[in-house]
Amino acid sequence: MSILQISDLSLRIGPVDILHDVDLSMNHGQIVAITGESGSGKSITALSVMGLLPRGAVAEGQIMLDGADVLQTSEPDLCQMRGNTMGMVFQEPMTALNPVQTIGAQVAETILIHEDTTRAEAHARASEMLERVGLKVAPTRYPHELSGGQRQRVVIAMAIALRPKLLIADEPTTALDVTTQARILDLLQGLVREFDMGLLLITHDLAVVSDVADQIVVMQKGRVVESGQTQDLLVNMQHPYTKALFEASSHKVQLPARADAPPLLTVDQVARDYPLPRKALLGPRPNFRALDDVSFEIGHGERVGLVGESGCGKSTLTRAILGLEDVQEGRISLDGAPVFAGKQPNLAVRRKMQVVFQDPYSSFNPRHRVDRLITEPFHLLDNPPLGKARDVAIAKALQDVGLSPGDARKFIHEFSGGQRQRIAIARALIIEPELIIFDEAVSALDVSVRAQVLDLIADLCRKRPLAYLFISHDLSVVRSVTDRVMVMQAGRIVEQGKTEHVFTTPQHPYTRDLIVAAPQLPELPHALDPV
Amino acid sequence: MIRYALGRLTSLIISLFVASLVIFAVIEVIPGDPAAFMLGVNAQPDTIAALRAEMGLDQSVITRYFGWVTGLLQGDFGQSWTYKTPVAELISDRIWVSLPLAIYALILSTLIAFPAGIFAASRRGGPGDVTIMGATQLGVAIPNFWFAMILVLIFAINLRWFSAGGFPGWDNPLQALKSLTLPAIALALPQAAILARVMRSSLLDMLGEDFIRTARAKGLTRRQALWRHAVRNALIPVLTIIGLQFSFLLAGGIIIEQVFFLPGLGRLIFQSISARDLIVVESVVMLLVFTVIIVNFAVDLAYAAVDPRLRAKA
Repeated sequence: MSILQISDLSLRIGPVDILHDVDLSMNHGQIVAITGESGSGKSITALSVMGLLPRGAVAEGQIMLDGADVLQTSEPDLCQMRGNTMGMVFQEPMTALNPVQTIGAQVAETILIHEDTTRAEAHARASEMLERVGLKVAPTRYPHELSGGQRQRVVIAMAIALRPKLLIADEPTTALDVTTQARILDLLQGLVREFDMGLLLITHDLAVVSDVADQIVVMQKGRVVESGQTQDLLVNMQHPYTKALFEASSHKVQLPARADAPPLLTVDQVARDYPLPRKALLGPRPNFRALDDVSFEIGHGERVGLVGESGCGKSTLTRAILGLEDVQEGRISLDGAPVFAGKQPNLAVRRKMQVVFQDPYSSFNPRHRVDRLITEPFHLLDNPPLGKARDVAIAKALQDVGLSPGDARKFIHEFSGGQRQRIAIARALIIEPELIIFDEAVSALDVSVRAQVLDLIADLCRKRPLAYLFISHDLSVVRSVTDRVMVMQAGRIVEQGKTEHVFTTPQHPYTRDLIVAAPQLPELPHALDPV
Repeated sequence: MIRYALGRLTSLIISLFVASLVIFAVIEVIPGDPAAFMLGVNAQPDTIAALRAEMGLDQSVITRYFGWVTGLLQGDFGQSWTYKTPVAELISDRIWVSLPLAIYALILSTLIAFPAGIFAASRRGGPGDVTIMGATQLGVAIPNFWFAMILVLIFAINLRWFSAGGFPGWDNPLQALKSLTLPAIALALPQAAILARVMRSSLLDMLGEDFIRTARAKGLTRRQALWRHAVRNALIPVLTIIGLQFSFLLAGGIIIEQVFFLPGLGRLIFQSISARDLIVVESVVMLLVFTVIIVNFAVDLAYAAVDPRLRAKA
């Protein structure tokens, strides 16, 4: 019997149509995944089912949940259903919990507002639920004392405390590390079996989808373009958009071969300490060692990957290489010269390095035009090009990344996410650096855009030897764009070697954990036609 | 929590020490010799010198600073040169007007601002919100002494419910409270307007947070989510403003004290400055600084009571 039946759901906010005739049906004990790129309408579909639409949204059609049409239900009745018949888990575990209440109280609240029970009883049941979701900390703890994965378990406990018939999870693991992601997905699958509930999983990650879903719904621009049983759909996908999505997700770039070259960047036994708050009033300040005995080299034109989970020291290493902060032990040098001179970056070295960050929007000043944005690195040069030469440099940098010289006078908000990241790369390339650091540079992009940006990087390598350090939590991306890879854990590099070698025969147990935890796209039976 | 409190206490003591240095130094460099001022323009130089010696002004700066501070620590604020009475006595008479007035005004402003701010935030963009925000705009713009005069005109002169000014003393507490009511309202209204606006915007920020959406997904109504999850989180900026307002109400009531003929600290300090009675000025300012720092300490403790994240930090 179907637990959720969405028929002809259309939705608009003001004059903008968000959803068109969405149909979806799911049963008890089933996991249905809605997938698609940003703006496809996945999340708003989920919120429609919860009856939590943004102000001004007008929905038409039918959402039958447990015999009631959500769209026809009054707000007080919807409040009765939320938490009781349906529960929801959100993407950002760091902000999804109230910071001033204990986790036990927040789980107990779900029980208290729906059932006529005592406070003590509700707290006891909340503790059981927290235990059931695998949380090993006391219910009297506050959210800030927990890690992201632990917080997500609390949110799940809140959503399932009353054993709802339907659980909606909106990108529940996107903000988590791969090993944590694997554990949370396991938990969700286990709960679906145990409670015989339906799980509506919203995610952009096709590897996750193929791994856990019974049924897949692919959305594009507010429409369902294809849906079906996971096994059928993977074998026999029809819609060009579905094929394009899968193709882009498993995209492999063709890196040009590289000749051995002398080392460019040398990182030698580097350690970086951060002071922690004092333990006693006037006692010594203990240190946190963020980088510990880190040594590696990057040769001219060499493409090196760095993987590791959040908090392992990747960002600290980036700052140290760029000379933004001094290190307590060891030496970092580029072409033999130290990157940090006295109290500031060594400018002579700094101009040979550029960086591309994760968020393509917030790394630009929104009030400057593109020509000014991408010529920012010129201040590192002694004789920056002026007048005609500057215009030529701008035009060339924009053309190199696939944009037109005419874009120079536009503002950053006029571009899409992928174009912004191209502009970020143009900014990094304009002074022809010898080393670029890509710090999670493609992590915020949709799969199809990500594939294009990765192709662009490979293209640039073909035009001239380009050395880069590619930092990412996404193993499959690192695997396809690097010659060598380093694995970092708790401030130490635990393994490094040729990329293919490390991925096929990992030596360190942590590397093996990472590779096992990363969800993988199944080998698709026949070559997909690129669209 | 204890470590946090101790940390705040250390910074309190350091602040007091620095404040005493600054106050003493500023008074030192103010032009005008108190002895010359007290004796008038025709005084003989040797008479002035004799008076300076009597007042201790011929001693070194360091000796005088330590004399002043040790006196303060023992509750001895020195002798007023113009009033010829101990400063401690002068202050204790007046603080029993200023302190109750400040507390009265603060309670009134909180009682007005909290409901107004919460109501406006829960009906964002609606007629109630627009009305309240319009009223607070007026409250912020209109000076409190103008409110004071209007209140006197309506309630004292026309309706004759209250007296227009003066303070009968605390022998009859009801009578005393009554005479402080109009001044307290005049002081409270502009403060309430500011506080209501802060409360509203802080609440609206909180209502946009993810954990409010989580609470709604649990089945809480909009109203329940507001009261159970948003209000306490919204208190942090509000507490900051309350702390600042109390300091202002205590020392800044000077114009209101003038309008209502109240013998408060503001008038004392004003008169002492005019008369170059530096001992009184120093002591009253130090007392005000002390109160402000104590209030800030209390606000810091209140933060920690509201937000568990602060308890963890030293």
